[in-house]
Amino acid sequence: MSAEAHAAGHAAGHHEEGWFHKYFWSTDHKMIGMQYLFTGMAMALIGGFTVYVFRMQLAFPGVSVPGFGRVTASDYNALVTTHGSVMIFWVAMPVLIAALGNFLIPLMIGCDDMVFPRLNRLSYQLFLLSALILIGSFFVQGGAFGGAWTAYPPLSAKGVYNLTPQGASLWLVAVALEFVAFLLGGINFVTTVMNSRAPGMKMFDVPIVVWMIVVASIVFMASVGPLVAGAVMLLFDQNFGTGFYDPAKGGDPVLWQHLFWFFGHPEVYVVLLPAVGIVAEVITVFSRKKLFGYKTVLYTAIGTGVLSFFVWAHHQFIAGIDPRMANIFSVTTLLISIPVAEMMFVYIATLYGGSIRLKVPMLWSLAFIGEFLVGGVTGIFLGASGSDIYFHDTYFVLAHFHYTFFPIAFIAVFSAVTYWFPKMFGRMMNETFGKIHFWGTIIPFNFIFIPLFILGVRGDHRRIYDYTNFPDLMKPGMQDLRVLATVSLVTLLAFQFIFLANFFYSLVKGPKASANPWQANTLEWVAASPPPHGNFPEGLPTVYRGPYEYNHPDRPQEDYWPQNVAS
Amino acid sequence: MSDTSHPAPAGTAAAAEGHAHVDHTQAYVKIWGLLVVLLVISVAGPFLGIRWVTLITAFGIALVKAYMVAKHFMHIDLERKWILYLMATMLALMAVMVGGVSPDVMQHQGRNWTNEAAKAAVEKGLKEAPAEHTEHGAAPAHGEGH
Amino acid sequence: MATRPIATTRSATGIPTGRLAVWWVIASEIVIFGGVLGSYLMHRLGHPEWEHQSVHTNTWIGAFNTLVLLTSSLCAVLAHNAAELKNGKKAANFLLLTCVGGLTFLTVKGFEWTHEIQSGFTMQSNMFWSFYYTAAGLHGLHVLAGVIIMLIVAADARKNQELQRVENIGIYWHFVDIVWVFLFPLLYIAK
Repeated sequence: MSAEAHAAGHAAGHHEEGWFHKYFWSTDHKMIGMQYLFTGMAMALIGGFTVYVFRMQLAFPGVSVPGFGRVTASDYNALVTTHGSVMIFWVAMPVLIAALGNFLIPLMIGCDDMVFPRLNRLSYQLFLLSALILIGSFFVQGGAFGGAWTAYPPLSAKGVYNLTPQGASLWLVAVALEFVAFLLGGINFVTTVMNSRAPGMKMFDVPIVVWMIVVASIVFMASVGPLVAGAVMLLFDQNFGTGFYDPAKGGDPVLWQHLFWFFGHPEVYVVLLPAVGIVAEVITVFSRKKLFGYKTVLYTAIGTGVLSFFVWAHHQFIAGIDPRMANIFSVTTLLISIPVAEMMFVYIATLYGGSIRLKVPMLWSLAFIGEFLVGGVTGIFLGASGSDIYFHDTYFVLAHFHYTFFPIAFIAVFSAVTYWFPKMFGRMMNETFGKIHFWGTIIPFNFIFIPLFILGVRGDHRRIYDYTNFPDLMKPGMQDLRVLATVSLVTLLAFQFIFLANFFYSLVKGPKASANPWQANTLEWVAASPPPHGNFPEGLPTVYRGPYEYNHPDRPQEDYWPQNVAS
Repeated sequence: MSDTSHPAPAGTAAAAEGHAHVDHTQAYVKIWGLLVVLLVISVAGPFLGIRWVTLITAFGIALVKAYMVAKHFMHIDLERKWILYLMATMLALMAVMVGGVSPDVMQHQGRNWTNEAAKAAVEKGLKEAPAEHTEHGAAPAHGEGH
Repeated sequence: MATRPIATTRSATGIPTGRLAVWWVIASEIVIFGGVLGSYLMHRLGHPEWEHQSVHTNTWIGAFNTLVLLTSSLCAVLAHNAAELKNGKKAANFLLLTCVGGLTFLTVKGFEWTHEIQSGFTMQSNMFWSFYYTAAGLHGLHVLAGVIIMLIVAADARKNQELQRVENIGIYWHFVDIVWVFLFPLLYIAK
């Protein structure tokens, strides 16, 4: 199974027809999971390129960016829109939910595939189509959509404002298709976990990451509906002259904001929960210790999911919403920090007294806890409507959500990829290069966003392509901070090539992996590395205990106790 | 959704469904008949001219009809309880959404703000005589679209 | 194409997998239609002048279509009944009747809309009509999708295969009916 051959999903089909057909039409969950992974990685290249270009513009305004050229104001808008949209919808979601969910769920619950393999296939194909439509939007007249990933009307509804009317509609169609793909996929995941668990695997024996993906899928399913409705209305406004969001025709632009954020806020928890789940798996294995509070983490995750539906308008504090609503949403927003902090405390308690193995996956998970914490506490300033009046739309917001999103979409993902790589591809990644990549990512990451916090406090507004036009924002030191952030970004991006090299080299030349190189308990490590079609040819496993029985007193011979071992 | 009441081995779909089935045709047709009667009442409601009667017959009956279809046709009362709770939760979420959004979208003024455009549209619309052609008349219909 | 995996036949919840999935589909559709209908409701309540527009919807056509959908729901549940009695042929026939109902609904709607558009009530003429066509159109798409899936299920059922799917597509169909049960008063009665 030469996985690298179908990188990006649109590789030139330069082998015989049968092989291509076999990969493209596979219904095997592992293959589909890897297709999502590779597509997500390819889209991450686009996301990374866009940020490189626009940060170069911000640091060196007016200077032609190597690999792109001069960045006009319109270019800038399209770049930031593309960066945001791609990273959330075509990198974070496919990798965290679709790739990991697809690959891991049947293995971790001990069955041979998802309950609806052909629906799974369709989900990926719709997703791929959405990615292709988005990429297609870069090449139409006017170029990619430039109305920000939040697409507020009237900017997003009227081509005369956003200057990218075709790109705007294509973007909307791509996003809508992506939603449909994930709705279908989510139903597959939830139904599979509910029904197809191994004999003996009760609800509380399911690994946390599987629970998290299920809860995330449900939260997604429950929140995306109104936005699907809203997107249809926006599409009609863009193309058929309706006025759903046009006050002159009897509509209301604030409606879009509400519909968008009613989804948009739960969405961040949709991506957070799987990341938190990954960390739970990794820290238990690499501290050889039981998860401190399985039920606590589970109920907290469900509580977070529920509460996430009641906080959305904190994105709209200064949009003119009713101030009494703002009060309510402030309270709920501050409340939601509690369950998430609780989960972090449980993780720290899990680590305490553990026999820590500082392998690369563990480094990433530890980094997640630390970096996400910064993101979380800075959210408090934004959740309180009073302070948000100052901070809204400044770089403070941006730095806050990158301190949450980057750990979610990259740190946790690197932890997951380095941890499950042996299972997926049957080989081990190189530890040394993994550590170099780790430090080369974490250190620059902080040097990108701490300056941005400072700039935000000093008044830097978002979505401005050239600060030299604003004398108040060109006070001494401020441009230096922008340059520092950009230089750090370029450094961070450069280190990603080490990961890519490690990844692809190990794919073909890495040392062969055994079934359970990390000595973990969960069922995916029972299967071969990589698992064959059907996953468990010797027979589907039966489960006798929970997933985190490490260093159990009843088992002195080893410090782990796989779920399927009778006793 | 915590469901620890099941014995350890997973059942198969067939085992879960085993029961001797009775022909329920009569019952279903009766329910249909009731639904049609309710439909007639809901259509007749506006003819009485009393606003709250219209609302009750229109929406009250809609609720009753929905309940009947859900219970007798979808057999939601025979499903596990949590499925009903799931549907109810989705509906509750919609109530939360409408509740959170309506102060901004439904109302056209608040404590310190007024939606001028909406108010103007309402006034303009109300001044127009009812049951004539619309204020835009035969709109310059765009070629495509519905 | 893969044969059915063992995963599909398991049922730790006691609910057959297909039916479980349909309920999740319904859950996600509730919020989609909830979004459309909720948005419409808020606007309608804030714009009393829309009654000058909504008076032009044809209550009789709406009522007829409601009758058609209710009857088609009856046929769908009778199909399920037949499937439970293991009579695949009867189930398939009832499903076909349901499809006839669905197609009748769509055809009537086609005529209704044509007349309305020709009278100048286009999607752009007033926000009421924008919502009217969008909401009913979204519903109509779901009717069409339901008809298509139902035809596929009926084809299998006729051969006494996959009879459990008759109930599942029925549940979806009843949901589509319920959405209309609310659209009808919103757009045609309590205008």
